[in-house]
Order: sequence, then structure tokens, then C-alpha cells
Amino acid sequence: MSDLNLNSLYQELILDHYRKPRNKGELPEKTVEIHMANPVCGDEIRLQLQIEDDKIVEARHVGQGCSISQAAVSMMTHLIKGRELTEAEGVAERFTAMMHGDEEAARDRSMGDLRALQGVSKFPVRIKCALLAFDALQEAIKKDRVES
Amino acid sequence: MYQTVSTFDVNKIRNEFPVLHQVVNGKPLTYLDNAATAQKPRDVLEVLSRYYQEDNANVHRGIHELSRRATVAYEGARERVSEWLAASDSAEIIWTRGTTEAINLVAATWGMDQLKEGDEILLTVMEHHSNIVPWQLVAMRTGAKLRYIELDDEGRLILDDLEQLLTDRTKLVAMTHVSNALGTINPVDKVIEAAHAKGALVLLDGAQAVPHMKVDVSELGADFYAFSSHKMCGPTGTGVLWGRKEILEEMSPYQGGGEMIGFVGRDESTWAELPHKFEAGTPNIAGAVGAAAAVDFMEKVGYEGIREHEAGLLRYALNRMKGLEDLEVFGPKDLNERSGVISFALGDAHPHDIATILDSEGVAIRAGHHCAQLVMKHLGVAATTRASFSMYNTTDDVDRLLDGLQVVQGIFGR
Ligand SMILES: Cc1ncc(COP(=O)(O)O)c(C=O)c1O
Repeated sequence: MSDLNLNSLYQELILDHYRKPRNKGELPEKTVEIHMANPVCGDEIRLQLQIEDDKIVEARHVGQGCSISQAAVSMMTHLIKGRELTEAEGVAERFTAMMHGDEEAARDRSMGDLRALQGVSKFPVRIKCALLAFDALQEAIKKDRVES
Repeated sequence: MYQTVSTFDVNKIRNEFPVLHQVVNGKPLTYLDNAATAQKPRDVLEVLSRYYQEDNANVHRGIHELSRRATVAYEGARERVSEWLAASDSAEIIWTRGTTEAINLVAATWGMDQLKEGDEILLTVMEHHSNIVPWQLVAMRTGAKLRYIELDDEGRLILDDLEQLLTDRTKLVAMTHVSNALGTINPVDKVIEAAHAKGALVLLDGAQAVPHMKVDVSELGADFYAFSSHKMCGPTGTGVLWGRKEILEEMSPYQGGGEMIGFVGRDESTWAELPHKFEAGTPNIAGAVGAAAAVDFMEKVGYEGIREHEAGLLRYALNRMKGLEDLEVFGPKDLNERSGVISFALGDAHPHDIATILDSEGVAIRAGHHCAQLVMKHLGVAATTRASFSMYNTTDDVDRLLDGLQVVQGIFGR
């Protein structure tokens, strides 16, 4: 038996988000855009947010990459839509904690579909794939604060 | 010199590589990432260890016995590589950190000395980034222009319009001997002949050639040849630039420092003779000694046997892969034009996901752009999955790869 549990990594829900990414496409009303890439593997995300009064009104993404990076950005945009920036930051923090093995974060129902990515934490070289979307989110929020 | 063993015995060869005999992720290791770096045989490991245990000292400096031994070992390694490459003089062998540094050395010295605005450097679309970016840096500083030989659908160079690509302004053709991303073995003779007819020099990137085929620089007729020892069973951090003596002699030094000088004055200095002019500072002495041991090992096993064995694995793997639905293999179809590299796509499974799944099955392959983003663009993909063979791989390794790919299909095909 392999030490690594592939079934926990490649859950149905992850493949579903990979094949049918939510919120994919350009957002004409975007107020901030962040391009993040992992030059090692070529995963690429352009995160576009429409932020009004410290609230994420709309979130979309464009890019390509592995199932983990693409599922993460799909799940994340779904979850942060309509949230205050501080709430979105909280999601990013919890998710990062989850990637670093925080099991409680993985049981947090407010994390929605993102909980399905918990298995990634067992695959150290893939954690950066999952975090790419959240790095983009944190950069986007930072940029919005600087600009407004 | 060793005698070539006439019969190639893969099991005996495997026994020479301690790292192969281990379990990873609960499965025996199948190492198919040889184009990235090859594993090291006992001979090389022992030579490295013996050098540090018995002879270690700085070279060309001390009067003492150990320094003499280290110098003899270091210069002896140069002689060995020179003889193996059939260079006309061991002063043509410059030790570098690897292929990358060898190419950068030529770019920073010959390139900066010789290239002027409007001059042209001809590259190919299949180059590793290490044979593109150094030329971009030189082009930015000199105003020289880069042109490219394009690829056909099978990832082979399109040489029909070579005469048009080579102009009176072409000063250098820099191209790979064998492609790391596709495995294509390039018809370098043809390009060398055409380039020389136009008065252009030719630099060959031999990183993926020397692990698999006998290279004779005198016969090839190129002007520079670069390779890394680590891809041919030697240590990391060591490589070679071979160059024609008359060209090397005209070139400016690369880095300044100890070893590379004759006399040092306040405002200027004189340079050491070849090859030391290009080897500033304490070199990677153990690396050179290990590189020569790797040369010995390659010749002990014998290039003929290696080539035949790897071609057999390639044939076997490609045949088995035909049976996998949704699997697309990139690169030349004619196996004579291809070394033991298989770059492929499998349905909508991303190469990273494939790599993770194979890793969990104990199979090490490479996923990504393979430092060849222009090739990826040509193929219209962001990345590929690449399995690459070495002398110690077996059909069993290929079977394990195929089993792993079936697991991928089980997960991504549902
Ligand atoms: C064709 C080719 N050229 C150049 C290089 C660079 O070699 P190194 O990283 O050892 O300098 C590689 C290795 O990745 C290669 O495959």
C-alpha cells in the first residue's frame, strides 16, 4: 500500500471543480486584478475582483493549471463572493492553516467546498498549487487597500 | 582504460547504482527522470569519497604532497575528458558548473567581444532556456538579433529554409544536439556545414547527447560543445565547455580572480594560458575527478550497448502506450531520430496530477515545461509529462509506468 492516499487527494468534488470551474472568465467590472503564476510548473491564475466599500461584489478568474490549483481558485471565488474583505482574509488564513496541517480548519463548515482540499496537506510539493489562489487573493486585497 | 563489456547486462548495471534499490512511498523506486539528472554509480561515488578522504587540497598552489596529488587528479580528469571527446588538446577543455555556465561563458566572452548591432544569432525553438536566455542577454547589450529554426509537427527542425535563415550577418548558430523536451536527435552535421559555409560559428548543447551517445568533437566539427556531468552519471556542479583552441585564445576571460591570471598589477593584469584563463577561483576539484570517473563508467558499460538498450526500452514503451486511450506522445515518430525521452499528454489529466499519482506509485517522472517554454508553445500545451530512460532502466520500469498511468486514468477517467 502506498503511504500517500490518492483518494483523499483526488476527491470527486475537486475533479468536478477542475472540469467545471465556477466563476471562470473575464470580469469587465473588475476593480482589481492580480496575476499569479508558479514558474516552476506553469500554473497560472488571473484573479479579478470587483470590490465596493470593502466588499467583494464579484470574483472571477482566468488561467490554467493542475486540478488542485484550478479547483482551489474555483472553490475560493465561489466562497468569497459577497464577503467583506476581512472575512475573505479570514478564509485565506484558515485555508493556509489547513494546508499546514490544521485539522480544525478542515472541519470548519464555513470553509465550504475548500474542505475537500485538505488531502493536499499530505502532499508537500502540491501545497503551493492550492495556495496560489489565496496568494492572489491576499495580494488583491492589499492592492485594493493601497489604491483606495 | 576499461575494456568494453560486449554483453550489456542491465541487472549487473543496476547493481552499480545504490540509489535505485529503495522503496519510496511504499513502492520500489522506478526512476524515469533521467533527463533531469542521472543516478550515480558506485565507481563515481567511491572516487569522490576517496578524493576527499585521501587527496583533498587546493590545486596549482601548494608545494606540498596533497596539493600535488589534487592537481594531478584535477588535470588528469581534464586529460581523460579530452581524450574521450577526441579534442585535439586538453587545453580546449574548460571546467564549468555545467551546461548552463558553459553557454553563459561563451555568451559573456565571445558574444560580448564579437557581436555588433545587427548581427544575428540563430537558435532553434527546441532549445533549453539555458541556450536562449544567455543569448537574449547578449542581444540586449550588443543590439544583435535572435532568429529561430522552427519545428515541424513531430518536433523536428525545419531545415528546408536554412539557407534563408543563415545570412551574412549570422555570427553564431547555437543549438541542442538532442532535445530534452522531445528527445529529438538533431542532424547537426547538416547545420554545421551550412553555418560554416556562411562563416558562422556553431555551439552545440550536448547536455542530452553525452549520456546516450558517443560524441567526437573533432568529427562533429562544431566550434563549441557544452555538457553537464550530472546527466551522465557524474556529480552535480561540474560541466565542460569544449572550444576550438584558436577561438578560445582570442576570447576575453570570463570571471576574474585567482588561477586565471599571469601577473596582477594595480590597473591591469595578464591572463593565464588556456584553459586556466577561464577558470577563476578554486575549481570544483572533486567534481572534475568525479566527472572523469563517470566517463570511465560510460565507456566501461559501452555506448553501443547503452544506445541499443535505451532504444529497446523506447520501442517497448511506445508500443505499450499505444494501448492507452487518450494518450498523445509528442516528438519524432522515427525512433532513429529520437533518444530515450517520451513527452506525452494523457486526456485532461494535468501533468502535475499525473506526476503526483505516479510518485505515489513509486514512479519518478518529470512534469512541467522542462525549461523549454518555446517547445510547449509550439505544442500548444502549458506542460507535458516526461519519462526519460537511462542505461539502468528495465522493461519492468516501463510496466510500472504504464500501471501508474492506468491509475491516472482510473482517477481522471471517472
Ligand atoms: C538540453 C539541455 N541543455 C541544458 C541543460 C542545462 O543543464 P544544467 O542545468 O546542468 O546546466 C539541460 C538540463 O536540464 C538540458 O537538458
